[in-house]
Amino acid sequence: MISDDEFFYGHKACGGCGGSLAVRIALKVLGERTLLTLPAGCMSAVSFNYPQMSYANNAIISAFAGTGAVMSGLKAGAEAMGLKDYHVLGIAGDGGTADIGIQALSGLIDRNDEGIYICYDNEAYMNTGIQKSGLTPFGATTTTTPAVPGGKGNIKPKKNLFEIVAAHGIAYAATASVGYIEDFAAKVKRASEVKGTSFIHVLAPCPTGWGIDTAETIEVAREVVDTGLWYLAEYYDGEYHLNRKPEEFKDVSHYIKRQGRFKHLNDEDINEIIRSRDKTWDRIAGFKQPGK
Amino acid sequence: MSETRFISGDEAFAQGIRLARALVISAYPITPQTIVVERLAEMVEEGQLDSRFIHVESEHSAMMAAMGASAVGARTFTATSSQGLLYMAECLSYVSGGRFPIVMMNANRATALPWSIYGDHRDSLSLLDCGWIQIYVEDAQEALDMAVQAYALAEAEEIRLPVMVNLDGFILTHTYEPVDIPDQETIDAFLPGRDTWDRLDPENPVSMAVTVGPELNEEINILHHKASINALDTIKKVDDKYRKITGRGYGGALRTYLTEDADYILISLGSISGLIREEADRLRDEGIRAGAVSIRMMRPFPRDELIRVLKGARAVGVIDKDISFGYEGTVYTNVNSALMQGRSHIPTYDFVGGIGGRDISLADIEECFKDMMSGRPEESVKFIGTEVEDDIG
Amino acid sequence: MIKPSLEKKVKITALSQLPQGGSCRTGVLVEKNAGWRNKCPVFDSDKCIGCHQCYLYCPDGVISRKGKKIKIDYDFCKGCGICERICRVGAIHMEDEK
Repeated sequence: MISDDEFFYGHKACGGCGGSLAVRIALKVLGERTLLTLPAGCMSAVSFNYPQMSYANNAIISAFAGTGAVMSGLKAGAEAMGLKDYHVLGIAGDGGTADIGIQALSGLIDRNDEGIYICYDNEAYMNTGIQKSGLTPFGATTTTTPAVPGGKGNIKPKKNLFEIVAAHGIAYAATASVGYIEDFAAKVKRASEVKGTSFIHVLAPCPTGWGIDTAETIEVAREVVDTGLWYLAEYYDGEYHLNRKPEEFKDVSHYIKRQGRFKHLNDEDINEIIRSRDKTWDRIAGFKQPGK
Repeated sequence: MSETRFISGDEAFAQGIRLARALVISAYPITPQTIVVERLAEMVEEGQLDSRFIHVESEHSAMMAAMGASAVGARTFTATSSQGLLYMAECLSYVSGGRFPIVMMNANRATALPWSIYGDHRDSLSLLDCGWIQIYVEDAQEALDMAVQAYALAEAEEIRLPVMVNLDGFILTHTYEPVDIPDQETIDAFLPGRDTWDRLDPENPVSMAVTVGPELNEEINILHHKASINALDTIKKVDDKYRKITGRGYGGALRTYLTEDADYILISLGSISGLIREEADRLRDEGIRAGAVSIRMMRPFPRDELIRVLKGARAVGVIDKDISFGYEGTVYTNVNSALMQGRSHIPTYDFVGGIGGRDISLADIEECFKDMMSGRPEESVKFIGTEVEDDIG
Repeated sequence: MIKPSLEKKVKITALSQLPQGGSCRTGVLVEKNAGWRNKCPVFDSDKCIGCHQCYLYCPDGVISRKGKKIKIDYDFCKGCGICERICRVGAIHMEDEK
């Protein structure tokens, strides 16, 4: 399913960067005739420094808030110019998607312009030095929600971006994790076959911002799914479909305690994270459940 | 065959965009720009215009969508006004720095606060430095003609920069005038479809809108600056060609009137210029050698031409429908800088008026000329058209 | 195979050598990333079962498939160690960079 070609190569992302893996795999699925736009953020900062250009396909930087709008423009321009056999792809981080870019994303989905929007979620503004975003989870210390002694770091829960997007009645939306990369690749493929807008929210650990070893990215990205703190699901034909329901959740405290950004949390904090997780799973019990 | 219709400035502009065959239109509504996008939407729906209309959710997205379409090589149009222009301000430097030849109509309107939907030039003049070519037109006919000419200018190989064409809000956008609408064949002969090597192309992938570090960033900006300067010459060539094909032309960056022997020259932008010429005629009847200059292009700024035109004057005045608070009108600053570089010691006067849509009357203009003739010491700013006494010191 | 490739960095001495528009050549690399490495993946071909999980999960794409085995591009490997962790048969281990 994926090409041997490498369209994202020689970039300057930190070692073990989950976001760069998502970008690499998405482009390997979509191929060389992809028109990619990225806003200011990690994935453009690491790849567009003249003369070092790390994309082998067409790529253009958008204003931070503009990813969804540039996608619409690329699509309209490509149609007007009579291009055939291409994909329009937008890739933005959690801040670029759930915060500053959410208006343009909403507009894109509202217009149902054909294109694939991928949000790689590393749960904070990493490029600018680990500031809180709307997708920073409860309890994470960031440079703007510092965990002072006795404090919890960020006290706000993560925005429910997947369901915000789905509530537009989008043609296709999915969640994914770089820890389960074949699942992500399959979703990118599926998104590319949809007529209209598609959206994938892929969780992508950032060793620098999360306080993990560079080698741990994939393990952590699996553990967040296996603990039930992140669920893998899709939305299409107006319905939610849960892809994966663990028989038993793995230990949340192991996931939390291995990460520097959570090291200040105590057992009660972890219990709160577990309660919040359980509420989410009660709610998504209404999704179509995976077949046994 | 061309036809004459009685239409507003906005509608005339829409007709120009239709004739220019813009392939992508991306716009968000704001008074007094709305009519231009409504007409274009109608044309697209009725099949008169083969274009894709993107219904964006903000001006920021309007400009970003326009950039995306232009990046693939499509001729692209957008329009805005006032707060909308300010809202997309961030995108303006993206688009100019990325060398995307987008044409935008701006309906000049006051900027809040206080709120006003009426016209002045603070919106566009506050963005003089965003790297766009800025044109100001005087009437509906010129609006149509410059909508077409703007693409020829924007897409010229030696320029490849976006062009903002400014129409005075309401005074021009909503006033109906007889306008000659050229036929499509005539405009096709003037303006072929956009053909550029500088685009995203699946057959030849490129990176666009890139980062350049301090070691070469200045040089990329030098290229941008030089491209902008080229428009001073190209606007004349474009206009010559347009005149040959349509029989109508406007000259270059300046429109001068009776300046050759003028003692007193009043400078302005946009729709007020006609009234200044009228007053110049009247003063000539009184034996006063008055003249007028309408600056049609504020960026690039026609410095050398302006120095030449103003050379023999005894005094020069500027009517600014804007003010850079705490200093003076921006047009005045630009004119003075040119005169200084021309080693000129002509006294100059700044008349600020028309703010927030205030009418500038013939009597106000007469006052400006009289003031220039009085030989009073120059002040940086004189507000005109106000009858409210300044009693707060 | 399509892949950005290394070339010599040209010193710009004239404006005409710069990109003259908004676009510039892509897939152009003028710097390696090898210097980032503290640890270096060492591949044991005998142990490799050709599952290619290391290839799939490498964030830098520096592991390519070579028949049933793999090849590592040490010019661009940052030494993150994901490949060592992902390998189920211990065919990759990290050694201190010399």
